[in-house]
Amino acid sequence: MNALNQIFAITLMNLRSLPARFGSSMVIVVGIAGVVAVLIALLSMAKGFEATLKGVGDPSRVVVLRGGSTDEMSSGISNQQARLIENKPGVMRSESGSLAAGETYVIADIPKRGNDSPANMPLRGVEAKSFEVRDEVTIVSGRALEFGRYELIAGVKAANQFQGLDVGNHIPLRGVDWEVVGLFSTGGTIHESEAWVDNSLLVANLNRGGGYTSMVVKLESPLDFDQFEQALENDPQLESNPIRETTYYSEQSVQMTSLIETFGYGVGVVMAIGAIFAALNTMYSAVSTRGVEIATLRALGFGPAPVVISVMVEALVLAFIGGAIGAGLAYLFFNGYTASTMGGTFSQVSFDFAVTPELIVRGITWSLLLGLVGGLIPSVSAARTPVTVALRGM
Amino acid sequence: MADNLIKIDRVSKTYERGEMQIPVLSELSLDIARGEFLALMGPSGSGKTTLLNLIGGLDKPTSGAITVGSERIDQLSQSALAKWRSRNVGFVFQFYNLLPVLTAQKNVELPLLLTSLSGSERRKRALAALAIVGLSDRAGHRPNELSGGQEQRVAIARAIVSDPTLLVCDEPTGDLDRATADEILDLLRLLNSEHGKTIVMVTHDPKAADHANHSLHLDKGKLVSEDAAA
Ligand SMILES: Nc1ncnc2c1ncn2[C@@H]1O[C@H](COP(=O)(O)OP(=O)(O)O)[C@@H](O)[C@H]1O
Ligand SMILES: [Mg+2]
Repeated sequence: MNALNQIFAITLMNLRSLPARFGSSMVIVVGIAGVVAVLIALLSMAKGFEATLKGVGDPSRVVVLRGGSTDEMSSGISNQQARLIENKPGVMRSESGSLAAGETYVIADIPKRGNDSPANMPLRGVEAKSFEVRDEVTIVSGRALEFGRYELIAGVKAANQFQGLDVGNHIPLRGVDWEVVGLFSTGGTIHESEAWVDNSLLVANLNRGGGYTSMVVKLESPLDFDQFEQALENDPQLESNPIRETTYYSEQSVQMTSLIETFGYGVGVVMAIGAIFAALNTMYSAVSTRGVEIATLRALGFGPAPVVISVMVEALVLAFIGGAIGAGLAYLFFNGYTASTMGGTFSQVSFDFAVTPELIVRGITWSLLLGLVGGLIPSVSAARTPVTVALRGM
Repeated sequence: MADNLIKIDRVSKTYERGEMQIPVLSELSLDIARGEFLALMGPSGSGKTTLLNLIGGLDKPTSGAITVGSERIDQLSQSALAKWRSRNVGFVFQFYNLLPVLTAQKNVELPLLLTSLSGSERRKRALAALAIVGLSDRAGHRPNELSGGQEQRVAIARAIVSDPTLLVCDEPTGDLDRATADEILDLLRLLNSEHGKTIVMVTHDPKAADHANHSLHLDKGKLVSEDAAA
């Protein structure tokens, strides 16, 4: 009880003297706030990206690419191959036939909203069956595509991001003038960053002589994948690479997420090293300006524990303030902030930064670790200095 | 035969600075009686502070024995020594060493945080100590609102609040003008004569030494003479 009393009294005294040392204390607060803000911002980017891609994919859906291709951009499938693929066993059927849609994935130049800088938007040629296969698509504004007309529907994220994607507007893309007739949602997945048009009209204007870049196929059940894959492999007329849709997107997601996370932690570590020096410096000067005070307390009989703990608590309090400010800034400026990234396959994928409570906890944990390191060394050295030396104020 | 409170037996103190050995005290022996008011004089660097720190248990000798009361303080561990100091010694420094964020009363209460006394009891004793040094009306002031002489009085109140037998004072008037210094010396004298404190005081000032019962001269780590004073 008595030891706790001592620690409490000395710690309280230390904290009460903080305002008198405002300037030097701010160094630690600002340094740590910066680290935590940047770290949380970068990690929230990774989180947002992950969430965007995680939602994509249905284990009973298969993306069929050309053999050797791993993304739609570099793939190609002819009409003849498409007919073979849609008739393989395992493919689900409805009254309109087998649920397999040929699609064409290209990039279109379009200026971003807000600034006129040109950017890349994925433009997808779809077939009527695309909407049967991709049954998560809902029109949220305007109406659905009418095939055989130069019409376009835009994903809600694409519409947010790019100029001219407003219902009723006409927009030139890939040498064709399209009328925007509707906006669609897919429940937050990556396809909301795309614009969709009639595949046959798109292909006719592309000089690629028909065909598709890929097919998306709905299986009777996720369990039919092996059977379907085997059938494609056994067909000598086909050279294709079927990938379960969930696998396809999670692979892309993992790549990008780990890239951002690695980058985030890299930057975080570099900044953290800077912040540790700031913290060390602050705490050393805090301890050295009070060297005689600390020595006096020890002369009076106070043990090293209250001295160490009080300095540690001060460092942790300052670090916590810094961490909280950093987390607050990251939340204010980045939560829900929509960004887009240039990714190999995805060209421009929009996603929202997600400053989750978990990330805030992680950021504040970092700040406390920095405070711990910054406070420990100076406080231990203060406690180890002989009282007689410290009393001389040297 | 005097009742000795402090017995210093062939004490040496050597500081080490890197490879260098700095002998400060060599084979010094000295007895200090209970109830003594002793002035330690001598030129700068002669080892006065070093000797005072050994007597007050702030440091340990390189060799030799120091007994205070019945305790061989040179044999105590650092933590036992800290505990011993808090019970038996009051310290008065040249620059007062008050904590600037605390009021006079809170400064005086500090040593009592090491006891199991209740908050109200600590307060009562701190106010009593402030009354002894004549600063009852300044209990709520912070050090920067006090004069140098008043600060030193607060420091003296802090030194006596836990009722130690021994006061060690390192140039307590070194930073004060003559008149204020005399008031502080009178106060120390009162604590010695009325409250029975044994006082060891380092000073440069021969007038200050006049207030003591005895003075000792230290030169290059050795006692050179012993004057009987008033
Ligand atoms: N911690 C220390 N390390 C090395 N030398 C010291 C240390 N403390 C004091 N000294 C030296 O010991 C000598 C005596 O110092 P001190 O006891 O302070 O003398 P005084 O109080 O009489 O002026 C001085 O030369 C001083 O530099
Ligand atoms: Mg000295």
